[in-house]
Amino acid sequence: MSWIDIGDINDIPLRGARVVKTPVGCVALFRTDDTEVRAISDRCPHKGGPLSEGIVHDNKVTCPLHNWVFDLNTGEAQGADEGRVDTFPVKVDAGRILLDGSAVGNRSAA
Amino acid sequence: MTQRLVIIGAGMAAGRVLDHLTDAQKDGESADWDVTLFNAEPRGTYNRIMLSPVLSGEKTYDDIVTHDADWYEEKGVDTKFGVKVTEVDRAAKIVRGDDGSEVAYDKLVFATGSNPFIIPMPGHDLDGVIAYRDLEDTHDMMSLTLGQKAVVIGGGLLGLEAAAGMAARGVDVTVVHLMGHLMERQLDEPAGYLLRKALVDKGITVKCSANSKEIIGENGKVKALMLDDGTELPCDKLVMAVGIRPNIGLAQEVGLACGRGIHVDDQLLTSDENIFAIGECVEHNGDIFGLVAPIFDQAKVLAKVLLGDEAAFVNREVSTKLKVTGCDLFSAGDFAEGDDREDIVFRDPARGVYKRLVLQDNKIIGAVMYGDTADGSWFYGLLKDGTDVSDMRDTLIFGPAYQGGAPSDPLSAVAALPDDAEICGCNGVCKGDIVAAINDGATDLGAIKATTKASASCGTCTGLVEQVLAVTLGDDFVMPAAQTVCGCTDFSHEDVRRLIKVQELKSQDAVWQELGWKTRNGCHVCRPAINYYLLADWPLEYADDPQSRFVNERKHANIQKDGTYSVVPRMWGGITTPDELRAIADAADKYDVPTVKVTGGQRIDLLGVKGSDLPAIWYDLNQAGMVSGHAYSKGLRTVKTCVGTDHCRFGTQDSTGLGIKLEKHLWGSWTPHKLKLAVSGCPRNCAEATCKDIGVICVDSGYEIHVAGAAGMEIKGTEVLCKVATEDEAMEVISAMTQIYRENAKYLDRIFKWVDKVGLDWVKEQIVDDLDNRKALAERFEISQSVYRADPWAEHAKDKAETYQPLADLTLEAAE
Ligand code: SRM
Ligand SMILES: Cc1cc2nc3c(=O)[nH]c(=O)nc-3n(C[C@H](O)[C@H](O)[C@H](O)COP(=O)(O)OP(=O)(O)OC[C@H]3O[C@@H](n4cnc5c(N)ncnc54)[C@H](O)[C@@H]3O)c2cc1C
Ligand code: SF4
Ligand code: FES
Repeated sequence: MSWIDIGDINDIPLRGARVVKTPVGCVALFRTDDTEVRAISDRCPHKGGPLSEGIVHDNKVTCPLHNWVFDLNTGEAQGADEGRVDTFPVKVDAGRILLDGSAVGNRSAA
Repeated sequence: MTQRLVIIGAGMAAGRVLDHLTDAQKDGESADWDVTLFNAEPRGTYNRIMLSPVLSGEKTYDDIVTHDADWYEEKGVDTKFGVKVTEVDRAAKIVRGDDGSEVAYDKLVFATGSNPFIIPMPGHDLDGVIAYRDLEDTHDMMSLTLGQKAVVIGGGLLGLEAAAGMAARGVDVTVVHLMGHLMERQLDEPAGYLLRKALVDKGITVKCSANSKEIIGENGKVKALMLDDGTELPCDKLVMAVGIRPNIGLAQEVGLACGRGIHVDDQLLTSDENIFAIGECVEHNGDIFGLVAPIFDQAKVLAKVLLGDEAAFVNREVSTKLKVTGCDLFSAGDFAEGDDREDIVFRDPARGVYKRLVLQDNKIIGAVMYGDTADGSWFYGLLKDGTDVSDMRDTLIFGPAYQGGAPSDPLSAVAALPDDAEICGCNGVCKGDIVAAINDGATDLGAIKATTKASASCGTCTGLVEQVLAVTLGDDFVMPAAQTVCGCTDFSHEDVRRLIKVQELKSQDAVWQELGWKTRNGCHVCRPAINYYLLADWPLEYADDPQSRFVNERKHANIQKDGTYSVVPRMWGGITTPDELRAIADAADKYDVPTVKVTGGQRIDLLGVKGSDLPAIWYDLNQAGMVSGHAYSKGLRTVKTCVGTDHCRFGTQDSTGLGIKLEKHLWGSWTPHKLKLAVSGCPRNCAEATCKDIGVICVDSGYEIHVAGAAGMEIKGTEVLCKVATEDEAMEVISAMTQIYRENAKYLDRIFKWVDKVGLDWVKEQIVDDLDNRKALAERFEISQSVYRADPWAEHAKDKAETYQPLADLTLEAAE
């Protein structure tokens, strides 16, 4: 893995999200807890809704367009809906958000 | 042959190593060591973790000493207390102390512990700014007397122990914490909420999400802490407890391999074959240490290695307890990380209990509990051993008392409760009382309430009472399926609204805990509702939570199917000017707006604006004097008007003017669902006022106020609420109507749905007949509007613009 410093943990509001543009498309970073961040693709597999704009609850996010719910750990759609979004390795170290550059196709990092 | 062992640091790690070593030598084990012990602190070894009871006065220093000079002398250890090691000559194998002493070694141990981290903010070097690490710091805090003020930066374990200790001495303490809740590394938010509540009860002021900016001094001495938002907190002492850093300065100087700590292998050996390291100064497989349990394991391993035995250090899960009297909390493992996790949450609001287990692959991987930690060690055991808990999954959270033999059915936990188990905390009703009432013929919840008072007060035990009914009556009892807010709670919207008012719940954490929410922080269904109820009931105390709002209300624009947004500026009462129209046209050109449409609400919609352009287009529209039209909100939308007396030959009153006044009065307010008004100048009703939530029909003698119309999915004409003679009265009635709807309706009920439930007669009694109540409602509306009658676009364009942009752009780097 090659960790890339994306920003300060407080750049993302608690239970909010921010987007990072990457060579594999927009990745949404969710702050699920004071010191926890999850990274998944920003595109809902249903009709392309921006998942970063959904309501975050526990370790899940609800798509803003038609309320599909995704697990931020596995990327799996919950309940009756079927689908999956890509997840990416991300961690928080000393208040900085680190995203795995190789997983998002970052050439300089790979 | 006797070898020379030198240890740097006489802390808890060193003390434990020497315990093991001297025990073994007493038993006549092989290797014999001649030990020299340096300690920078001018004393021997004491139980550092008990400094907090010393601070609070529950213990004295003598109680916590574990190895004093006499002890070491008796064991033949040569001590150099108050001497700091400043040099290590690895080639010659000699250490030098700051008193000039030199000691040769065969083996050397670094046990230098860690240093408290001091944030290098302005003023950090003032007199009176201290950390919390040793006896000196403790004495420093103990010098404060009744009524003096202290500020503690850091709401973690150490900071809170310092705060509670000083508070116990009558010091006026404020804790300033950067994160949203206390002890965020050990606790989740609900537990953090309970902890905060307990500390506040002890008289401690707690400020979370507070960023310290600088320490203000006077004559070289600390005077106050200033926060980012300009708040000044006066203090006589400032304690910084924001974390520790392994003390590796000396090790680095002499060239030992270090990361965050001194690198050691499973035998605690550093990169030098004659030097070991142990305790908080080491880094083992990427882990560093801050609690004694693993450090004591290290001590055992190091003693064995020094004695020539085989041993290897394995890091293990640790559990945390806070040593503050009256704050019973426990946390262990990982309650935030891992795939496929499952939560089991239990809350008992009456006793202030919260428990949460995190499961993965049918094993407990994390546990947090507050208020009742009796089962902590049992859960910790299951966690450490990786026990498969699938067989007891349903009753697991009730603890070991309900396991084994009992069928795994949640009702069996209730069945297993003894007769004197309290079910209703408010009224002190035990299970036995309820069973007796059932046997006397009370067979439903209502009858139980009436005969025993159980669940008649706060209602949170309703579920338990029903379970007792089910257990006692068997198939004769059918569990009622109440219309609950969502799966997170058994309460209905009406119950939640009532309880928020009665119990004065003023935060989401308070609602989740006190009303026994089953999930950690709600879901997309209940969160927006709870957020609305809180801001409607406590406008001055509760701060709106954008993360509990649907995207449209968070971004103040309507999201479109392709992820773009629509922008609708207000046109007060449907009136515009050539300048406004030009500004709209300019904005449409500048931001490539694909569609410009006249809406059904008498204003103009710019459709298809890119999310990242929102702050800029708002700024431009603001410059032209326009504000958000809230076309996205559960709040005031539009006030449609007709031309009225100014132009129309039939007009009886100034309908346009009244519409503008109303819109300027009501805009920005949040309501249970959207709120649309219209004012028509005569009964011909060109503004379609009789199908609005609130409508006004002007007549010769005054104003007819209508409510509860609908023209969306359902169609319904309005009903007349009352007739008033003056514009001022009309304004007051409409304010009161809006407020009574805001205070009482279920989230997502339009006025017509809500009035259908409570009856128009009740509404009339409240705001037509009862003039005092009408006035009071209008006043409460005005208080709320003092917060919310503001343009969100201006605020976002000014302060939040950057949040509309990506946090980072990695495509640029890749293209290089
Ligand atoms: C823009 C507009 C249509 C237009 O081009 O005229 C419009 C557009 C939308 N309406 Fe509407 N409504 C618009 C006037 C109306 C009206 C007429 C009126 O206000 O006089 C009605 C009937 C009156 C009423 O409110 O009941 C109306 C009844 C609805 C309803 C049904 C409400 C109901 O309780 O039955 C919804 C759905 C909802 O709110 O849950 C809705 C929802 C919507 C949403 C917000 C759908 C959504 O959630 O995304 C549409 C947003 C489109 C977009 O992407 O921007 N819209 N909508 C009108 C904006 C008015 C304004 O200036 O603010
Ligand atoms: C107030 C407080 C409460 C705590 N509560 C808990 C708790 O509840 N549970 C828990 O598990 N842990 C708790 N801890 C943490 C625990 O005390 C530490 O993990 C433990 O003391 C670490 O032991 P150590 O020997 O590595 O370091 P220390 O005990 O810090 O000992 C290091 C010693 O080395 C000396 N030294 C450093 N450099 C030199 C040098 N160059 N020359 C000579 N001497 C030197 C220092 O003066 C110090 O005396 C608490 C800590 C504090 C401060
Ligand atoms: S009627 Fe309203 S909600 Fe339906 S498509 Fe038209 S704008 Fe959208
Ligand atoms: S696009 Fe996400 S649920 Fe439809």
